[in-house]
Amino acid sequence: MRFGVVIFPGSNCEQDVIHAARYLGHEAEYIWHGDTDLAGFDAVVLPGGFSYGDYIRCGAVARFSPVMAEVVRFAEAGGPVMGICNGFQILTEAHLLPGALLRNVGLKFICHSQPLRVEQSACQWLDLPAGTVVDIPVNHNEGNYICDAETLQRLKGNGQIVLRYCEPDGSVLSGSAPNGALDNIAGICNERGNVFGLMPHPERVVDPLCSGTDGVSFFNTIVQRLAEV
Amino acid sequence: MPEILDAELAPKLAVELGLKLEEYDKIVEILGRRPSVTELYMYSLMWSEHCSYKHSRKALRMFPTEGEHVLQGPGENAGVISVGDGWAIAFKMESHNHPSAIEPYQGAATGVGGIIRDIFTMGARPIASLNSLRFGTLDKARQRYLFEGAVAGIGGYGNCLGVPTVGGEVYFDEAYEGNCLINAMAIGLMREEDLTLATASGVGNLMLLIGSTTGRDGIGGASTLASQEFDEKAEDKRPSVQVGDPFEEKLLIEACLELLGEKLLVALGDLGAAGLTSSASEMASRGGVGLDIDVTKVPQREENMQAFEIMVSESQERMLAVLEPENLEAAQAICAKWGLRSTVIGTVTDTGHFVVREGDTVVADIPAATLADDAPIYDPEMERPAYLDEVQSFDVRGVKLPGDDELGETLLKLLASPNICSRRWIWEQYDHQVMLNTVVLPGSDAAVLRIKDTDSAIAVSTDCNGRYCYLEPYLGAQIAFVEAARNVACAGARPVAITDCLNFGNPEKPEVFWTFHQAVSGLSDACRAFKVPVISGNVSLYNESFGQPIYPTPTVGLVGLIRNVERHTTADFKDEGDAIIMLGETHRDLGGSELLALIDGTVGGMPPSVDLWREQQVCEAAICCIEMGIVKSAHDCSEGGLAVTLAESCIAGNIGANIVIENRLRPAVSLFSETQGRIVVTTAVEDAMTVAMMADRLRIPYAILGQVGGTSLVIEDMLDVPVSELRESHEATLERLVHGG
Repeated sequence: MRFGVVIFPGSNCEQDVIHAARYLGHEAEYIWHGDTDLAGFDAVVLPGGFSYGDYIRCGAVARFSPVMAEVVRFAEAGGPVMGICNGFQILTEAHLLPGALLRNVGLKFICHSQPLRVEQSACQWLDLPAGTVVDIPVNHNEGNYICDAETLQRLKGNGQIVLRYCEPDGSVLSGSAPNGALDNIAGICNERGNVFGLMPHPERVVDPLCSGTDGVSFFNTIVQRLAEV
Repeated sequence: MPEILDAELAPKLAVELGLKLEEYDKIVEILGRRPSVTELYMYSLMWSEHCSYKHSRKALRMFPTEGEHVLQGPGENAGVISVGDGWAIAFKMESHNHPSAIEPYQGAATGVGGIIRDIFTMGARPIASLNSLRFGTLDKARQRYLFEGAVAGIGGYGNCLGVPTVGGEVYFDEAYEGNCLINAMAIGLMREEDLTLATASGVGNLMLLIGSTTGRDGIGGASTLASQEFDEKAEDKRPSVQVGDPFEEKLLIEACLELLGEKLLVALGDLGAAGLTSSASEMASRGGVGLDIDVTKVPQREENMQAFEIMVSESQERMLAVLEPENLEAAQAICAKWGLRSTVIGTVTDTGHFVVREGDTVVADIPAATLADDAPIYDPEMERPAYLDEVQSFDVRGVKLPGDDELGETLLKLLASPNICSRRWIWEQYDHQVMLNTVVLPGSDAAVLRIKDTDSAIAVSTDCNGRYCYLEPYLGAQIAFVEAARNVACAGARPVAITDCLNFGNPEKPEVFWTFHQAVSGLSDACRAFKVPVISGNVSLYNESFGQPIYPTPTVGLVGLIRNVERHTTADFKDEGDAIIMLGETHRDLGGSELLALIDGTVGGMPPSVDLWREQQVCEAAICCIEMGIVKSAHDCSEGGLAVTLAESCIAGNIGANIVIENRLRPAVSLFSETQGRIVVTTAVEDAMTVAMMADRLRIPYAILGQVGGTSLVIEDMLDVPVSELRESHEATLERLVHGG
C-alpha cells in the first residue's frame, strides 16, 4: 500500500501529508504535477497549499496540470483519492466532486482547531461511527462550500456528506461553520465513496506531540480497506 | 569611463537622493571624478542608513557576537547557531516600518518575504516566522486600517509560502501613531554542512538572476523611505512601496534549496533593499572580486527603464546566484522546472571593480568594495533628553491605587486592555501549524518548534516594552531581553542567541541617539551576563513623524534550546490540586506599568529594576525543574503583574485557582506590580518541595501561592472572579476594537 502525494507549484502541505503517512507506518512518495504516471500508487492525496498562488480561483489552474488527467482516470477506475483543503478545491474544479468553495463569510483567513461531526456516508476513507466528533484544524481563506439545491439533495440522499462543522458536543448549529459553508459541509465524497474532499487538515493531527491524534483514521482506514480487498 | 554628471547638477542630485554634500565629495574622491547618474544612485542607496548602518555601526560593536553555538554571526544575510545532532538554525529579524506606514498590506507582506529570503539564502529551509508590531491606539480609523492591513499582509504572504507564523507581539500606543512598526523575524533549519554564504568568488563564474522581472517598484525604498522621517508628503511615497508575490517566493524557496542541495551554486544572495546594487556589491566585497553586469540582460517588466532604475529597483522575489559555467545548464533546468526565469546577467572578474554596462556602454565603474564597506561612519552626538527628568520624577506614590473592593474589577479591565488582551484574533489569521513542527501554539509564553528526527526543540519569543524604554532606555532594553529569556525558560528552553531589531527616531538628533546608545549598551550588558550572543539584527532609524520620534523600541528575538521536547511546558494550569509556586519576589514596581496607564492615563516613573544575576537564576530554576519533568505549567510575570499571569493560566487551562498572598505590600501592588524576575510554576503537590529546594539551591526567593482548582480565580481577601468572566474580558477586546467599538 503506497500513498502518492501530488506536488503542484505552490502546494505547501505535501511534506506534512508524507510525514503523517510515514509516521503512521505507511509508504508515501511524492508525485510531481508534471508527471503522467500513477503506476505503483494505491491511493492519491492532493495536499493543501496555494497551487499556482490561488491566482484566478483556488484550484482553477492546478486542474490543468498534466497529472490531473491521470488522477481523473485513476478516480474513475475506483482508485481512492483524497483532496485536503486546496486539494478539495482542485477536486471540485476538476469535477471529481460537485460544488465549489467560496471565500469565508468573515472574509478572513482562519486557522484553528475545529470540531467536526462524522456523518453516515459512503466514504471509503473514513469508517468512524456516525455522530463521532473529531477535532481537526481548519486553515483556509476559501472554505465556504456551496452547491445548488438539487446537488445538496443528491449529496444527502446518497450519503455523500462525510463531515460537518459542529459544536464541541456534536450539535450542528447554523453558526457552527467558521466559513459559512452550506449545511455546515466540511467534507464530501463522490457517489462511489472513493473520492473524498475536505477542508480540514487531518495530517496535522496524527502525532500526539503536535495537537492530537484525531486525524489518524483518515489515513489508516483506507489502508485497511485496501488490504482487505 | 561612464558618462559623468554635470558639475552643477551632480551635488544637487546627490542631496536629492539623500546623500550629504561631504558624502558626495567622498564619492568624487573615491572615483577620482564626478559620478555618473547610475553610480550616484548606487552610492546613495548603499550609503543610506538602511544599508550602511553609518550612524549605528560603532555602537553595535558593543554587542557580544561569539559563543559556543555560533556558526555565523552578524554580517551575513542571517546568523546561524548549532543546535546539536548536526542541525543548525538560521534566524534574523528585520524592520519594514516605513513601507507599512504607507501601505500596510504590501509593506508587511514584503517584510515577511524579505526576511524569509534572508533565511533560505543561507541554505536553510524557513520553518517559522514571528513578528513584532506597534501601532497607535485603535480608537482611530487610520490605526485600525494599518493594524488590520498589516496582519492580513503577514498572513497573506506567510500562509501562501507554507511557513508557519508561530508567535509575536503587538502594542498599541499613541507614540506609534505616525510611524507604525512592523518587525518580521524568520527562522530556518539546515544541516550544518549546508551553510551557504553570499560571497562571490571564482573569476569567470556567472551571475545568474533568478525569479521575478524587474520593474520600477520600490525605487529608492531604502533611502527615501527607510532613511528619512515622515511628513505630510508621506502618501506621495506610495510608489516606493514594493508589491509582493508569495507564489513566486514559494517557487524560489524550492528552486534555491534544490540548487544548493545539488551543489550547483558558489554563492547565493537575495535582492532586498537597494536591489541588484546591494546584493551584487556585497557579494563582490566579501569575496574581494569584481563584477561585470549588463543591465540589458535583466528581464524587465516595464518599458524604457534606465540603467540606474534597474540597478536599484526593489522589485521583490529575486535572487542572485554565482555559479561555475559548467553548472549553468543544470541550474537553469531546475529553475525552469519550478517555472522560474533565470538569466545570466554578468560575470565575476578579477578587477575589483563593479562594472555596469548597458549593452556596449559602460554606465558605472566603481571599486566594488567601496559601495559596501566605505560608507562614512559617524559618531553622532549624544545628549540625555530633557524629557527623562520629567517622566522619571513622576511620583507614582501620589496616584490613588484601586481600593480593596475594586481589585477584581481592575483585573478584568487590565485583561481587557489592548496591550494585555488575547491575541487570538491575530494568530487565527495565520497558519501557525504547517510543517508539523509547532509543539506549542501561539498564546503561550514562547512558540516551541520541534526539530524532527531529534529529541530537541527550539523555543522562540519576541519582546520589547517600548514604554519602559521611553522611561529609561538602558533598563528598557534589558527588560526586553530578560522577558524574552523568561518566556523561553517557561517553555523549558535555555537561551542560546538573539537577533534584534532596533527601532528608533532620527539618529542625527543628539537626544534620540543617546537613547539608541543607552539601549544598545543595556542590551549588550544583558547579553553578556547571560552569555547569549547577538548573531544578527537590523537597525531602523528615522522612525519619526512630524518631528516626533517613536518610543525607543529595541525588539529582541530570542531563540532557546530544549534538549528533550517531551518535557516542554505551557502556560495553562493543568490539574485540580496542583501547587502554584512563584519563583522570585514582588516589589513595588508601578513605574511605566499597565496599571498606571489604566488608572491614571500616565506613562511615568522609573521602570522596574533588573537584577541580571537574579533573572538568570530564576530562569535556571524553572528550566531545571522542567527538565526534571515535575513542572506542569510555567508562565512569567510581565505587563499587568502577578494577577494577570494567574488569570491567563486559568483562562488557558479553563480551571480556577485558590491563592493566598503573604507580604507587606498593599494588595493592588502585590497583584499588579510589574517586578521583573518572576515565573509562576505549578507542580503536583508532592513535587512542590523539589521546586522549593531548587530555588534555595539557586539562592532565589520563592513563594508557595496556593493550588489549582475550582472554577474561579480566588485570591484571599483580594478578589474572586469566575474564569468565564476572566476569559470574556481577555478574549473580546481586539475584535471589538477592530470593529471600531
